[in-house]
Amino acid sequence: MIYFSAQVFLPLNHFPLEVAFEARDLVTGVFGPSGCGKTSLLESICGLRSPTRARIELRGRLLADAAKGISLLPEKRNIGLVPQDLALFPHLNVRQNILYGVKKGAPTIHLDHIMEVLEIGSLLPRPIHSLSGGEKQRVAFARALLASPELLILDEPLSSLNFALKQKIVTYLIRIRDEFKIPMLYVSHDPLEIMELCQEVLIMEEGKMIHRGKPGDLFRSCLSPVH
Amino acid sequence: MDETWHIVWFTLGSALLSMVVILPIGLPLAWLLARKEWPGKSIVETIIALPLVMPPVATGLILLKVAGRRGFIGSFLHEHFDMDIIFTWRAVVLALAVMSFPLLVRSLRVALEGVSPRLEGVARTLGASPLRVFFTVTLPLAARGIIAGVVLAFARALGEFGATVLIAGNIPGRTSTLAVSTYLYIQLGQDDAAWKLVAISISFAFVAVWLSEWLGRKQRVTV
Repeated sequence: MIYFSAQVFLPLNHFPLEVAFEARDLVTGVFGPSGCGKTSLLESICGLRSPTRARIELRGRLLADAAKGISLLPEKRNIGLVPQDLALFPHLNVRQNILYGVKKGAPTIHLDHIMEVLEIGSLLPRPIHSLSGGEKQRVAFARALLASPELLILDEPLSSLNFALKQKIVTYLIRIRDEFKIPMLYVSHDPLEIMELCQEVLIMEEGKMIHRGKPGDLFRSCLSPVH
Repeated sequence: MDETWHIVWFTLGSALLSMVVILPIGLPLAWLLARKEWPGKSIVETIIALPLVMPPVATGLILLKVAGRRGFIGSFLHEHFDMDIIFTWRAVVLALAVMSFPLLVRSLRVALEGVSPRLEGVARTLGASPLRVFFTVTLPLAARGIIAGVVLAFARALGEFGATVLIAGNIPGRTSTLAVSTYLYIQLGQDDAAWKLVAISISFAFVAVWLSEWLGRKQRVTV
């Protein structure tokens, strides 16, 4: 089922970002080299950038349509974002960070459930600067999830971690995927991460979407040993 | 009360009041300069900075024209509220406010620019309105820099002379500030009294600049 669709045109420094794609109700990888426009695309989807032309739809709800003059504010889009540097609030402790986006009424995701899945119960009273790299990752995921987003965007969240820690965090991401069933756009330039997490991958180059398909099919050729 | 202490308290009070007047204007303006692009921004930036580089007497003369009984603000206040500005304590506050405004806006702008826009962006995606983001993310993270800027602008206000003497004069017990009184004592040959005020001015300036630097350093470390 088509869950999300985006058409975005945004002039960047060296090339225009010109992308049109649809994502299904699952984890979609966005793969491409640094500087190919991935982050600009994500920020446009979240509403943090204003593309020249855009049409973005999430679960049948129109978030942006330049032709109709519609562009919802980021706080109205209900899209969670975990950026590369995580952007945890340094003046708040873990509890205050993760509760920042909790909406009034009945949240679809509960704190107890998050604490159990991400094993962050013992971290709640701690200040952000006292956390290790892996702990910060889990807190950032928890904060985004507790806002009950309809789409979760993860922008290279593991790029700063070493291999062992990356593997550990990937297991948490797999738990998030299986437990909460929130569709995700997972951006990375690591094919292994994409193959482990994503059911589908979109490959970007210089602001364009050049391939789309199953990660296994697309990456097999480049990852297979040379004979 | 001893005349010297009257001058000190009057100057401190006027400088404090001038900060109360300019902070609510300076903070949103600094935010607009730090975070938004808008037409005419560079012109506004230049106008704000003018009192920093213009001769203070020239700024004073402009204020005299605007706030005097024939000026458009002065005549309005006189006609509708029977309120005079020139040669009253209000003129002192006005001069201190105008002369320290550029320094305040510059410092606040630097403090606000020190907060990562990414933090604000993520807060928006978590459902927070721009106002909530400002009060819960931007302001707490820029707080030390903002206080440092206010302290520096306050120190600038304490030492203001040129514009003050022109629009408030030196009426003992009514408009005498530290800087203006120091000048008067020198003119009258009362060097001891002048040096006493100079020593007080140096103490205030030292504490203010030191405090401002210390707070600014802390901000750079924490953000």
